[in-house]
Amino acid sequence: MSEVTEKGRWVSRAIQWVDDRLPITATFKEHASEYYAPKNFNAWYAMGVLALVVLVIQILTGIWLTMAYVPTGEGAFASIEYIMRDVEFGYLIRYIHSTGASAFFVVVYLHMFRGFAYGSYRKPRELLWLIGMAIYLVLMAEGFFGYLLPWGNMSYWGAQVIVSLIGAIPYFGPELMEWVRGDFVMSGITLNRFFALHVVALPLALVGLVFVHVIALHHVGSSNPDGIEIKAKKDENGVPLDGIPFHPYYSTKDFVAIVVFLILFCAVVFYAPEMGGYFIEKPNFEEANPLKTPEHIAPVWYYTPFYAMLRAATFPFLGLDAKFWGLVIMAGAILIPAALPWLDRSKVKSMRYKGWFSKIALMGFVVSFLVLGYLGTIPPSPIATASAQIMTIVYFAYFVLMPWYTTIETTKPEPERVTH
Amino acid sequence: MSEDTLSTNTNRRYLLLATTGVAAVGAVGAAIPFVQSWQPSARARALGGPIEVDIGKLKPGEILRPVPAWRGQPVFVVRRTPEAIAILENEVENLADSDSADSEQPDYAENPHRSRNPEIGVYVGLCTHLGCSPEFEGDAQPKPFDSDWKGGFFCPCHGSKFDLAGRVEKNLPAPTNLRVPPYYYETDTTLVIGLDGRVA
Repeated sequence: MSEVTEKGRWVSRAIQWVDDRLPITATFKEHASEYYAPKNFNAWYAMGVLALVVLVIQILTGIWLTMAYVPTGEGAFASIEYIMRDVEFGYLIRYIHSTGASAFFVVVYLHMFRGFAYGSYRKPRELLWLIGMAIYLVLMAEGFFGYLLPWGNMSYWGAQVIVSLIGAIPYFGPELMEWVRGDFVMSGITLNRFFALHVVALPLALVGLVFVHVIALHHVGSSNPDGIEIKAKKDENGVPLDGIPFHPYYSTKDFVAIVVFLILFCAVVFYAPEMGGYFIEKPNFEEANPLKTPEHIAPVWYYTPFYAMLRAATFPFLGLDAKFWGLVIMAGAILIPAALPWLDRSKVKSMRYKGWFSKIALMGFVVSFLVLGYLGTIPPSPIATASAQIMTIVYFAYFVLMPWYTTIETTKPEPERVTH
Repeated sequence: MSEDTLSTNTNRRYLLLATTGVAAVGAVGAAIPFVQSWQPSARARALGGPIEVDIGKLKPGEILRPVPAWRGQPVFVVRRTPEAIAILENEVENLADSDSADSEQPDYAENPHRSRNPEIGVYVGLCTHLGCSPEFEGDAQPKPFDSDWKGGFFCPCHGSKFDLAGRVEKNLPAPTNLRVPPYYYETDTTLVIGLDGRVA
């Protein structure tokens, strides 16, 4: 008995010693044991923590890959083959990294959809949403730069197409393009700088932004499927009546989500790491050849909805050519979710209490995103282009018409307290 | 006293502005080496010199293979048949920029066949849309992408179509005709690509 007390005293004295110098207990309380999250979370609310798990996986496998990868035009492709064949477990580390890239976008798209459906972007979470959008943009850039590194023929021509987009900017586009590539074409010089951005600059930015995202979240508090503020109803100690401490309640629940996620993730890594050409495209098993474009260029699946919109611009408008409008539409489609906090004028936040117009618009958005995602993977044809044009309009209608349809529709009353 | 505080504040604001201004100028100056470092290096520029190609074995209706590279970019060298040359002169209503007013080419290629010599065409083999390399489809016969194909180049990435003089069809993603690089004939069968004429 006295031994236990003696030991306990030793531990608490050690913690006290640290706390006097670094506030670990206070930080743990603020962000875990006394951070009150709504008690009605569902599975959609696990995507954030899963994104964090994937970030850690990517950083860890990425560091290991750089140990054998050679970022030069002459050595890159061969070093990937070296990692795949000769490095102990190199194939596994690379497949975890390449599958991790796709997994990142799966969980981030689901995470964003959760925000769309439950109005997580609404006041007071506008800045939280914008920080999230910044993370999304950095993630897209990170994926793009990383995709060039294997120096396969699809890597090469995919990057060539995207860098050529810069050339569509009026006046200084072509010069800017040369500046980005550091050469007249995509070359080893371009590969080398994309490597620097992919492994140093953008991961630093990503980690920093994720930190700020979590800090902002813990300041305003988590949203929930009912879209009501749990901070509005507190007990005598100032604890939200519908809130439960993040730790241990959600930390344990999140572990269940992580285990389920890892089972699925490992199934892909072990049994379908190329995912039939969607995660690692077939022409990428051939070395980059600046003189030969693969017969059909398609970006990796997570960019295809935007790529389809880029291709949907086929006619000049206002004296500017189709190529420029393709760039504008693609950039607009990626950036427009940032405006959601100000486009949504509904009295309620959650789709549970919104009217039919909002529900139909959101369904239209999901359908357009999926159809565009498919159209971006297939070769161009008149019917595919026409479908992409219609779906681009549906996609933008969800956003552009939102101020109108969210004000005129009849909504259901929000509950006083959260429901299950 | 209150006047003193005011003048101190004004002075302080003035000093703050001046310091910030000087620091901003310094920051811009310090950014220059970092920005300039991304320009093509001396070695990259040196490797972009002119190239010599032999067209002695190029047959009518064919494209020079293997495709030569100038500045790392593929260059299409085609020898056109008399029928193809006639098509270039007559079939122009479907073209976006038939007289090459908005396209990039040396003066000697600003003509219907966009070349020094109607028979031989020399084009940078990168689509003016997003830089894919189009495929050579030289024969005038129906194709999966066009039932009324007159011969030319087809870009598989986004479906742009060019005729045998690299002129783009209307209402397709590519805004302008294929670029014509500077080139000249060193002999009847040797082309130099990358220079407009012999350097004295």
